[in-house]
Amino acid sequence: MTLWLILTPVLGAALCAALPRHAARLNILASAITLLLAVLLLGAPPAEGWLRADALNTPLVLIAAIVGFSTAIFSAQDIAHDGFDVPRSRAYHAAFQGFMAAHFLALLADNLGIMWVAIEAGTLACVLMVALHRTPAAIEAAWKFFILCGVGIALALFGLIVLALAAQPVAGHPGGHAEGQLSFIALRALAARADPNLLNLAFVFLLVGFGTKAGLVPMHSWLPDAHAEGPTPIAAVLSGLLLNAAMLAILRGKSIVAAHPDTIPPGIFLMVLGFVTLLLAGFSLWRRRDAKRLFGWSSIEHMGIVAIAFGTGGVAGHMAGLLHLWGHSLIKSAAFFAIGRAARIKGGQHMAAIGGLATSHPALGWGLALAMAALAGLPPFSLFASEVLLATALAGQAPWLVPLLLLGLLVAGTALLHAMQRLCFGLPTPQPLPLGAGLATLLPLWAHLLLAMILCLAMPATLSRMLLDAARLLS
Amino acid sequence: MGFGDLSYDVAHLLGGAMLLISFVLLYQRRIFALVNALALQGGFLALAALWQAYVQAAPQLYVTAAIALIAKGILIPIYLRRMVTQLPPARRAEPASGIGASMIAGFLLVGLSILVVLPATSGARALAREDLAIALSIVLLGLLMMVTRRSALAQIAGLMTLENGLVLGAVGVAGMPLVVELSTAGLVLVIAVIAGIFARVLHERFESLDTSVLDPHRGEGS
Repeated sequence: MTLWLILTPVLGAALCAALPRHAARLNILASAITLLLAVLLLGAPPAEGWLRADALNTPLVLIAAIVGFSTAIFSAQDIAHDGFDVPRSRAYHAAFQGFMAAHFLALLADNLGIMWVAIEAGTLACVLMVALHRTPAAIEAAWKFFILCGVGIALALFGLIVLALAAQPVAGHPGGHAEGQLSFIALRALAARADPNLLNLAFVFLLVGFGTKAGLVPMHSWLPDAHAEGPTPIAAVLSGLLLNAAMLAILRGKSIVAAHPDTIPPGIFLMVLGFVTLLLAGFSLWRRRDAKRLFGWSSIEHMGIVAIAFGTGGVAGHMAGLLHLWGHSLIKSAAFFAIGRAARIKGGQHMAAIGGLATSHPALGWGLALAMAALAGLPPFSLFASEVLLATALAGQAPWLVPLLLLGLLVAGTALLHAMQRLCFGLPTPQPLPLGAGLATLLPLWAHLLLAMILCLAMPATLSRMLLDAARLLS
Repeated sequence: MGFGDLSYDVAHLLGGAMLLISFVLLYQRRIFALVNALALQGGFLALAALWQAYVQAAPQLYVTAAIALIAKGILIPIYLRRMVTQLPPARRAEPASGIGASMIAGFLLVGLSILVVLPATSGARALAREDLAIALSIVLLGLLMMVTRRSALAQIAGLMTLENGLVLGAVGVAGMPLVVELSTAGLVLVIAVIAGIFARVLHERFESLDTSVLDPHRGEGS
């Protein structure tokens, strides 16, 4: 099953490349099959081997499949307006499925080296898609994305090498255990006997390396540009999926390093980066004039919150972080569907060009308003639940940090609500093209909002058990 | 297998040669010479991997050595050379600027990596720790090069030398699974090709390889 989750998008990519005229439909079909497999995976017994599905990654796989499927539907409508020629349409759809395959591999691989390769491959697919518009701004964004993430991922690999070096003396004969030496499970078991200095060194490199990909400040500057200049569906999967894979990588590194009692607690590094990220992004949100960049910055802010949650640690902290990752993926991709369509309707993604959406297109405007309210942390969406959980967990560990967290959430939340008012309410701005919202936008948008609401109000028993299991596994 | 003095010295010699070439890369302004230096560094990397394969009696490192030679010593340099020959002669060199400062920064980075790695790795094998210090130096010099150079091709060269440093570290540790090494090498090739495509687009769009032409298109264009 896990293998098919990776092979289906690979086949999908090959088919999209072979039959570019039907690529958009093939893209939806492949994503639908992957979604089905991901749902089946939820009920399957935990798999062992080089692909491991456990409580930590199975829900992330499901979320990824959901976001992938709805993005494929949205993209069929959105990409049609881009007027890509056949080679570019082929490149776009093949890269989309290729990215999905790499993402599933990154989530499921037990070997950290393979996870690294998969994250890098996924990034390269995204770089290609960001550059597709070929405008100067798109090239600038893609080049920055490419160079920064190239450096980041190289530093992460150095961290993995140091991790392998730390595990080497306790793993027995250097040659004999070569295949198992970067296995996450094996490393966790060995870490308690490894050299703490090496583990510290490894974690710093892993955090900076994968932190670049997760958009943590000060390695974040690629993120808003890549979100704003690429096609909108790419912004949805960048925020919804790539950031999750990077966070999972950091989380795995943290749980290995934390297994040794004498290391510097890795949570401290995460928490410092998390607070800097949250506060900087919170204040930056006030200064945004470009709607897609606004949501890019909001992704940075939410990754900061997740980093704080994982830094807080404990069962509650890890639960808050994981729940926040799930909720953020759903809501942020929904927000990108809505704003992408709104930018098409109003003929520009400048915030001044989009206004009064709830009056001119009620279903789209209210959907966007609800998504932005959810991103601001208002109930009844799951981001509210995870933020409350985080605040209580933090109050137990370091009560003096709670005001700082609340300040960050407040600044970011009010900025988003202020932007929501400008985008959705008031007098409608002129509309150059007679476009409607379209079902291909509205269905994914409202379905995501509904799912995020279910996650908050009535989480299915399987998922809540997995959340608890994963949090226990980590702490 | 024992680690005699010779195995130690040769490994240092090869690592040291790579580090020296990193300094050459740091100051070389002509793109052709840059590509040649990169190829030479790839060759030394292959030798270093070969030597580690022999010393550690680890057959999979022979594969690593072969990949390093073919990909980094031959294929990527040929590809980059072909790109450079398509450029007008005026763009085959960068305007000289601040060599002294970047050399001093390079020396400081080497010192930094030794200060970071040696104390942290006191428990590990001597061969691995000093190789790691050299590897980190090469990685940091690659980073410095990417920061200080503005030509897209020089930035690509920086990324490539950074990867060379990583592979040097990996072969010294002898713990990286072969699958990972194979796919890493494949990725590096892809990275080189993508970077090349970008450089070409950049050249066609802006008639320049200087990445500072991109700056006006950054951020929220009003």
